[in-house]
Amino acid sequence: MKSTAAGTGTNHAEGEVLTLNVGPQHPGTHGVLRVVVELDGEIIRRATPEIGYLHTGIEKQMEARTYLQNVTLVDRIEYLASYNEEMAFYQAVERLLGVEPPPRARAIRILMCELNRIGSHLMFLAAGTLDVNVTSVFMYAMTDREKYLDLSEMLSGQRMMPGYFRPGGVAQDLPDGFVAAARTFLDGLPGRLDEYERLLSDNLIWRERLEGVAPLAREDAIALGATGPVLRGSGIAHDCRKLLPYGGYDEYDFDVPVRAEGDAYARYLVRMEEMRQSRRIALQVLDRLPDGPIIVDDRKIALPPRAELARSMEAVIHQFKLVSEGIHPPAGDSYVATESPRGEKGYFVVSDGSNRPVRAHVRAPSFYNLQTLPAMIEGHPLSDLVVAIASMDIVLGDIDR
Amino acid sequence: MDRQAVNHESLLDRLRPHVPWGLTTPREERGRSIIFVTVGALLDVLGAARDRLGLDMLVDLTAWDRIPASPRFEVVYLLGRAGSADRLTVKVQADGDPPRLPTATGLYRAAAFAEREVYDMFGVVFDGHPDLRRILMPDDWEGHPLRRDYSLSEEPVEFHGHTPKVPSAIIPYFPPGSGSGSGGTTPPGGPQP
Amino acid sequence: MIQSERDVERNVLTTTVDRVLNWARAGSVWPVQFGLACCAIEMIASAASRFDIARYGSELFRASPRQADLMIVAGRVSQKMAPVLRHIYDQMLEPKWVIAMGDCASTGGLYNNYAVVQGVDKVVPVDVYIAGCPPRPEALLHGLGLLQNLIARGATARQLR
Repeated sequence: MKSTAAGTGTNHAEGEVLTLNVGPQHPGTHGVLRVVVELDGEIIRRATPEIGYLHTGIEKQMEARTYLQNVTLVDRIEYLASYNEEMAFYQAVERLLGVEPPPRARAIRILMCELNRIGSHLMFLAAGTLDVNVTSVFMYAMTDREKYLDLSEMLSGQRMMPGYFRPGGVAQDLPDGFVAAARTFLDGLPGRLDEYERLLSDNLIWRERLEGVAPLAREDAIALGATGPVLRGSGIAHDCRKLLPYGGYDEYDFDVPVRAEGDAYARYLVRMEEMRQSRRIALQVLDRLPDGPIIVDDRKIALPPRAELARSMEAVIHQFKLVSEGIHPPAGDSYVATESPRGEKGYFVVSDGSNRPVRAHVRAPSFYNLQTLPAMIEGHPLSDLVVAIASMDIVLGDIDR
Repeated sequence: MDRQAVNHESLLDRLRPHVPWGLTTPREERGRSIIFVTVGALLDVLGAARDRLGLDMLVDLTAWDRIPASPRFEVVYLLGRAGSADRLTVKVQADGDPPRLPTATGLYRAAAFAEREVYDMFGVVFDGHPDLRRILMPDDWEGHPLRRDYSLSEEPVEFHGHTPKVPSAIIPYFPPGSGSGSGGTTPPGGPQP
Repeated sequence: MIQSERDVERNVLTTTVDRVLNWARAGSVWPVQFGLACCAIEMIASAASRFDIARYGSELFRASPRQADLMIVAGRVSQKMAPVLRHIYDQMLEPKWVIAMGDCASTGGLYNNYAVVQGVDKVVPVDVYIAGCPPRPEALLHGLGLLQNLIARGATARQLR
């Protein structure tokens, strides 16, 4: 299967339709996405996304690994929002196990998920503005994202792919200085966001390229399964953190931004406001951070504390079984809807009582959001294609898994 | 935490009068309302869910392989309502060579990609789908990778004079109900490569 | 005024054409945009202002392979993408180099399964392998430095075979 560069002309009754292949190697497709467009002059008559160029067999590989080992695979699916991904997976696993992490673990998880949301939306700004060639915002947004990556590294040792969550809690407690560093980042954020708005929202070129571009009607958004900022940018207040609260989100106050216009500019505004709301949640978490254990106390799920190993034979046996076998969730299946920066993410996990999942399916928000591309772009000029893809903020790892 | 359990009763009660005879009793499990349907009743139930219950979003469509149980494939539809917490999980089990189901694209346009993926990964054919071809694997790929009897196709690392085990053979597999020590290193599912 | 051979040595720089060409090539290696997955994000981070790959000469990531001399394969190569990767590599003009960035490009990485090519060196000849999942931008810059040394010496993977 080879990608061809230029198109082949086809004579139609009304005019000449040019079939053009965009991608999979293309600077504007946010990854290895291929879009086959049929052009009538500059107007796209038909756009067909072709995916599968990043298919990694993650879902099948998850069936061959234990629940703990799967956290490394899960990180790499939606690689810009790894903490949210781990949250989604372990919500489903904990629903099967029937346990809930202790309050401090819940708070830390929400904190990292919201910081990750900020980092992911900064990446949207960076990549989106790079596509429209506002390169200075690309540089600024990447610099701000580096501050979030420093926080992630301080906490889990890794900038991306943290592998930080565990069944029943998190792996380690917050290190010294983390709360102060997080506050510094969050305190500086409104100033940075105001600067982006000064550079973008009053920028004639940005507004011309985004306003009215890639419109998605309300009915299309719902019918095509879109979620996240794509759905909220088309006027529907649908956020899993509010409607189907999980992991402790109902303890915090925040708003869900919704815009009715349905164009790329609306989606951009939704994401900018979401960053401010994520900051609001993160500050509430930091203010109220409870003390206590960071993982559930069940010895069949979480490792015993090190000190206990010297005293108790039981603890040694539990440690041995957990490390060699892993957890055994009861047989059944579960699905918990969570909100990742791109939309609703959930894991359909089927267990048969063994230490490996029988099936782990990822409800990938970008997979369904991508289906809205033809609805957004048909009848519009070719130059809007890149803006449409950027405004959907897709991650190909999520689509292809 | 279990706010997801709030809407079950009213949802299932509202669905009951519209449900044709090929339907098992709805139930609630782990925060979800679930119903099992037969293949023949599938489109009726999905239509009733969309038109009577207002579940206008297809949140997810997936499948899993229940081998050695029969019927072999279980296809799961997760329906939701935009802006609301109403959710319904519809499960249908299919068997055959190839297993066939009617397409849901007439009711939910979001099923287009999802049904292609289930076809690609499991071989379930959706009758009436406008463009049923492989979506994730190359067009000329043979086999359906997510079936449990399809090998993971791991490649052992090349060493001189020695073939080490592949990762799945090293990671211990403990079947359900195993005590300590009764598990081995045999991976579940199908034949080794 | 040139009096003796010593004056010539002090005032005139002599070299071979090859060394000048290799010095020029090493100093401005322009990669083609070939970010596939997560490693691409770290590659973009290395192009941003904190790590700044431009100061190493890679000022621009070209979109067209015909204008690039380096292909940084950043991410996992799936079965469907492998022929496309080879096609892009073939479209690059000589001299060209390949960096396999990350574990997935070097060896298949975390994914030993039906869908991922176990190492991009099964498809194209690789000059430098960078380990990491994903490698930090500093690791990518280190690998780029290694490649620049290789280029300046005139040695590449194909010549070493």
